[in-house]
Amino acid sequence: MRGLTGKYLLKRFGMFVLTIWLGMTIIFIIPRLAVGDPTSALLGRLMSKGGNVENSAELIARWKDRFGLDQPLHIQYVRYLYNTITFNQGYSLSAFPATVDDLIQRTLPWTIGLLVVATLISFVLGNAIGALMAWRGTPRPVKSLLPFSLVFTSIPAFMLGILLIWVFSLTLNLLPYAGGFDRKVSPGWNPEFILNVARHAILPALAVVLVRMGSWALGMRGMMITADGEDYMVMAQAKGLSSGRRFWKYGVRNAILPQVTALGVAIGSIAGGFIIVEQIFSYPGIGSQLFRAIQDNDYTLLQGIVFYIIVGVAIAVLILDLTYPLIDPRISLKKN
Amino acid sequence: MSAITADQNPPAQAMTRLKARLDSPWINAKLISGLLLLLVVATTELFGPLIVDPKLALIGSSPTNVVPFWVTNFDKKQGFKAPNLEHPLGTESKGRDMLAVVLVGTPRTLRVGLIGATIGLIVGTALGFIAGFAGGWVDTVISTLADVMLTIPGLAVLIVIASYATELEIVNMGLIMALFAWPLPTRVIRAQVLSLREHGFIQLARLSGASTFDIMFKEMMPNLLPFLAASFTETVALVILATIGVETLGLGPTRIPTLGMTINNALQQAAIFRGMWWWWGPPIVMLVLIFVGLFLMTIGLDEVANPRLRKVRTQ
Repeated sequence: MRGLTGKYLLKRFGMFVLTIWLGMTIIFIIPRLAVGDPTSALLGRLMSKGGNVENSAELIARWKDRFGLDQPLHIQYVRYLYNTITFNQGYSLSAFPATVDDLIQRTLPWTIGLLVVATLISFVLGNAIGALMAWRGTPRPVKSLLPFSLVFTSIPAFMLGILLIWVFSLTLNLLPYAGGFDRKVSPGWNPEFILNVARHAILPALAVVLVRMGSWALGMRGMMITADGEDYMVMAQAKGLSSGRRFWKYGVRNAILPQVTALGVAIGSIAGGFIIVEQIFSYPGIGSQLFRAIQDNDYTLLQGIVFYIIVGVAIAVLILDLTYPLIDPRISLKKN
Repeated sequence: MSAITADQNPPAQAMTRLKARLDSPWINAKLISGLLLLLVVATTELFGPLIVDPKLALIGSSPTNVVPFWVTNFDKKQGFKAPNLEHPLGTESKGRDMLAVVLVGTPRTLRVGLIGATIGLIVGTALGFIAGFAGGWVDTVISTLADVMLTIPGLAVLIVIASYATELEIVNMGLIMALFAWPLPTRVIRAQVLSLREHGFIQLARLSGASTFDIMFKEMMPNLLPFLAASFTETVALVILATIGVETLGLGPTRIPTLGMTINNALQQAAIFRGMWWWWGPPIVMLVLIFVGLFLMTIGLDEVANPRLRKVRTQ
């Protein structure tokens, strides 16, 4: 691949490993800061809250065996790291004998699908709006309308979600407010099901898109204004290049680069915010599952989900980092 | 030339001075309106206890399901009770007075945001300065750590922490939030320090023998102020967003009502579908005011820091 140097690749991959390792370590440390043996403490808390754990003796035995809880902390840590990265995170406390990984892998596709679509749409729309806001050639009526698209920028996505449900589902009765699909359609690759899934995804996706769009637009506007002030813009105009060519090849092409970097940083917070959006819409993804895990005091599932979220975000950032040199040749040129 | 004219006409001189002062980039409509909005929200801290008894924010302190005072057409089948001026914003299904909940919850939310962001900003600025000045491996370690922390979804880890630390107090909540609030200011300040270091006036100060301390605080700090202020408002918003997120999921402080906890209660009791908009509405209105205020301040401060953004506005 053009522009990918070995050093860059190594550095980015190092960051990827570091992110996952740090995340895992934090998840390992937190429960151990609480006093006592983690498993019995977990079960104790579960029972004190009125939960009933079936086969709890068996659960504890299997647990101790897998984590080596009778052994010193550093061995526990190594075992934990090994088990986690081999996707063997043990059993769910609330749905024993189902394993954490099975439960999560069932809900993961829903989240990834909706999240990727919503993030891409908000990125494209937001940058388009921002670029047009800053561009001198934008027709006046369009320019005066653009700021209205930023109304929802500062509101958390899940709050907008509540308002969207209220307006579109309860008042206007236009779109479904909960779930990923209707019970009456049969899941599978048939058009009826896909259409149904899409209808259910509109409101949650809209909540994320409307909120996220604005920050991209504001960032893009700033970059575009800076690009517009550069000498090469004057030169391009003097050469008689068309307005469209200057906008795309000279303006947007340069202004979009920091935005892609910002996307890498934002993915983590987008994913975090999405957890709550899912819960509001009872969307059958990982966020709703996390909420149920909290309600059931299912700490193993909870930690598993958090691990998956960290890995998912790290992978997204890695992919972004690896494509970055392709759109910005300077990244690799600097090294030579 | 202007000095002579000014001498001859003192009122005109005063006018020019006033104009010059009003021309200051800090007099920015967005910044000021955002600040005013937040001040209005913050007055709940002072006037809240005068308007309503905070005890009414506790479970069972009031009759349940009272509608707000201006509602005349309500569904009695749902168990809603007629409006009552003692509970102007109505009450929810556990017998909390909504006005009290909002007036007690809002200052708490603001406090967590301020505590978390202040500590995050102080630590983040210090690290940003150190990274920018020291360079070398120190810089590599700090910026790598900041990048990694930015990648890890803070909310996800906060959820794990909050699920173990039951009964969190407001201050502890703010401290935990600070763990995830420092990387953003670190990055911003480091980048600014690196670019300022190459400026003529800093090199001149160094050549004339100014100490590193003087360069940091006397030469650089005034130039960094708008950036610091912008990352502060942005960080407050991030911290409040994370706090509300954790609370909406049903974690965090549970003894005293917070805005996020109220939204969580409303969701759990299906308030949206039962038509009890006065349950989830008031906390959301308060939060929207807070977020809009912070947002206006952030973009106002961005314009203070970056004169180019100002020019376009006046075009």
